[in-house]
Amino acid sequence: MTIQYSPFLRQPLRIVDLMRQVLLALLPGIAVFTWFVGLALIVQILLASVVALLAEALLLRLRGKPLWPHLTDGSALVTAWLVALAFPPLSPWWLTTTGVLLAIVIAKQLYGGLGQNPFNPAMVAFTGCIVAFPAQMAHWPTLGLAAPFADQLDIIFGFVPPLDAFTGATPLSIIKTSGGSGLYTNIQDILIQQNLSGVFAGKGWEWVTTAYLVGGLWLLYRRVITWQAPLAFLGSMALLSFCFWLFDPAHYADPVFQLFSGGAMLGAFFIVTDPVSGCATPRGKLIFGCGAGVLAYLIRVFGAFPDGVGFAVLIMNVCAPLIDRHTQPPVFGAKKGDAGE
Amino acid sequence: MSLKDFFFPSGGLHLPAHKAISSETPILSAPLPEKLVIPLSQSAGEAARPVVAVGDRVLKGQRIGEAEASLSVSAHASTSGKVVDIGLYPSAHPSGLATQAVVIVPDGEERWIDKTPIPWQSLSPDRVRRALQAAGVAGLGGAVFPTHAKLPDTEVTTLVINGAECEPYITCDDRLMRERAAEILEGVGILRDLLAARTVLVGIEDNKPEAITAMCAANAAADLPFQIVAVPSRYPTGDARQLIHALTGIRIPATRRSVSLGFQVFNVATAFTVARAVLHGEPVTARVVTLTGHLSRPGNRECLIGTPVRNLIAQAEPEGTLESVVMGGPMMGFALPSLDVPIVKASNCLIARLPETSPATLPEMPCIRCGACARACPQGLQPFELYRWSRAREFGQVERYQLASCIECGCCAYVCPAQIPLVQYFRFARGEIRSRAEEAKVAEGARARFEFRQFREARDKAEKAEKLARAAAAQAAKVALEAELKAVDPEVDASKKALIAAALERARQSREEHAPAAGESA
Repeated sequence: MTIQYSPFLRQPLRIVDLMRQVLLALLPGIAVFTWFVGLALIVQILLASVVALLAEALLLRLRGKPLWPHLTDGSALVTAWLVALAFPPLSPWWLTTTGVLLAIVIAKQLYGGLGQNPFNPAMVAFTGCIVAFPAQMAHWPTLGLAAPFADQLDIIFGFVPPLDAFTGATPLSIIKTSGGSGLYTNIQDILIQQNLSGVFAGKGWEWVTTAYLVGGLWLLYRRVITWQAPLAFLGSMALLSFCFWLFDPAHYADPVFQLFSGGAMLGAFFIVTDPVSGCATPRGKLIFGCGAGVLAYLIRVFGAFPDGVGFAVLIMNVCAPLIDRHTQPPVFGAKKGDAGE
Repeated sequence: MSLKDFFFPSGGLHLPAHKAISSETPILSAPLPEKLVIPLSQSAGEAARPVVAVGDRVLKGQRIGEAEASLSVSAHASTSGKVVDIGLYPSAHPSGLATQAVVIVPDGEERWIDKTPIPWQSLSPDRVRRALQAAGVAGLGGAVFPTHAKLPDTEVTTLVINGAECEPYITCDDRLMRERAAEILEGVGILRDLLAARTVLVGIEDNKPEAITAMCAANAAADLPFQIVAVPSRYPTGDARQLIHALTGIRIPATRRSVSLGFQVFNVATAFTVARAVLHGEPVTARVVTLTGHLSRPGNRECLIGTPVRNLIAQAEPEGTLESVVMGGPMMGFALPSLDVPIVKASNCLIARLPETSPATLPEMPCIRCGACARACPQGLQPFELYRWSRAREFGQVERYQLASCIECGCCAYVCPAQIPLVQYFRFARGEIRSRAEEAKVAEGARARFEFRQFREARDKAEKAEKLARAAAAQAAKVALEAELKAVDPEVDASKKALIAAALERARQSREEHAPAAGESA
């Protein structure tokens, strides 16, 4: 059956092509991350992918939707990969599985599937699990100190707790926990002391996040995402952290460190750019990104968790429809403010 | 892609043009078909009333249908021959709806009526308008809006001539400008004078350099003051408001008519027919049609109005068994339900499609609000919101998101990665909004009638009650008076009776005196 109604020309770009490009853009980050933590990350990505596809297929069946084209639209894989990248690579299998199920079943399919979820599924998984399993979610490997693959498999699948030798604090968690302890006078000292200081940000992490940035810029270039939300997110976070850093450089990390640590880069290009749960109007995206950036920084620095991107995004997700409603661009020929309200 | 486009996309698309298929060969005359089916509906307005009968011999250019409504134009015989039928025939419409048409079997002689040019410079504007209406002049850009209805008495400062031809595949205006620039500009001059426009801008997309050169040369040769402007090739610049914006930077909202801001837009092909009608006395009997797509002999043909599409396609030799033929451009045209429909004034292009090369219909996916449609929308709309509310049948919200500004150009549907037929949703919503408005109007009328009836009934009741009350009061008064009379002293009563008797006697005498006089006069 060919197209029977206008337009008879169509841009040959489908949702699955968009999703494929997002997955491709994640590859540099995955490669660098794997370089630092070993094949455990690949195992997690595969595990998450399989669980996501199975859960998606089951839920589609229960909802009476055909598997094709819905299972193969690539969206479940994007969610799975983002969950795998947001979770510690040495998470036990049940933790990753729980996260993926939270994302696919609760956050996505129960709300009506692709396009219907008010919250970013990967961030629902991350925040849900960090609240429910704070200890396991804190077992981050020390970057550059990868355990042998066999040991990693044992940790992931064998209920073997990870050895302390291979896990430790992340740059973000160390400055949070040791910050006001009086043990150190300055966060730079802490990072050096803990062997977490890199060239311009946290050791190892700086290169992983740079790789996310590269992938994100490629997505921008390919016009899969737009510039407003990432720029506003990174810009607001940089500005806020710059102010605090200027005020007290000993206790507040500099903007570069903040942007290249934790989930900032992944969040900027792969999370706040989620079209379904984010804002859709140009000005809305700026507000959304800005709000998420400010909240992420505040939670990261003053909240109970080492990183705040997940919570910040969920908070902004609930605001998105309202922001969109009030940021309608003027229609052709209308004066500013004529449109929308 | 410029940097500005990257950061602040202003809508519109740079589409693959596919124009070279048909643009490089001169306009040929299509052979005379064995019969012509000429619809009496020749414009956006109502159908003309047939003024010939079956069996009549007609001349080329002879009026066969007379325009009666203000927005309709007359229909003419496209060639000389014999009227063999007047009846319902499938029309060039997506539904294939049958409309009233006059069928003419050509005699092959192409004998014209006596052509009488319109002395437009000496006639009153109203007479010129009626002459154009009688000549069947309507917008050949595709909307077939009658030209006479676009020549108001109000002031028009800028006349815009649309040679943008922004849709892919179509090249009929391109060829017309290359080959008949001088006549087009003659028509432009007439329109300029009729409108008393100060400025004339001819907008042509820059992917038609030969057309621009030809128009500039004709403009210079005739020493005309028109400005021939190359506008960037970007779909849908051929939309009237989009073209005005491309030429002047002025954005006219959908809620205002261009003419109210001093702009009037005509297509180049329309200007050409104006020149033929006014200077040569030739009504519109033909138009140039682009034959393109998978044809061995593509190109532009000058076709008589009423030529069956089947003939044209057959003469252009399809490269295989066609899947369908699209009338109009690929962005806004429609697949013909049958090839047995005639070419009409709106038919600018026929695209022959093979099944193997046409894009397949992919399943409609959920909208992911990616916003590609909003970035592509030349009207600055948010099609994904319009879609969401149209689907939910929340037509109030659809109107709030300014569906009225949609020009149905199809840019949104072209880019949609979810393959949502957005334009069809918007047409559905438009139809619903229109029918609801009509229903509301009917309901309002019914309510008004009902309320008036209630009022009338109440009023009648009140009046009746008042009358009854008055009668009752009078009766009561009479009874009271009689009772009073009876009650008074008998003596007074007797004198009163005497008085009454005397009065009655006087009245009788008076009547008797006047009666004969009354009889005489009677």
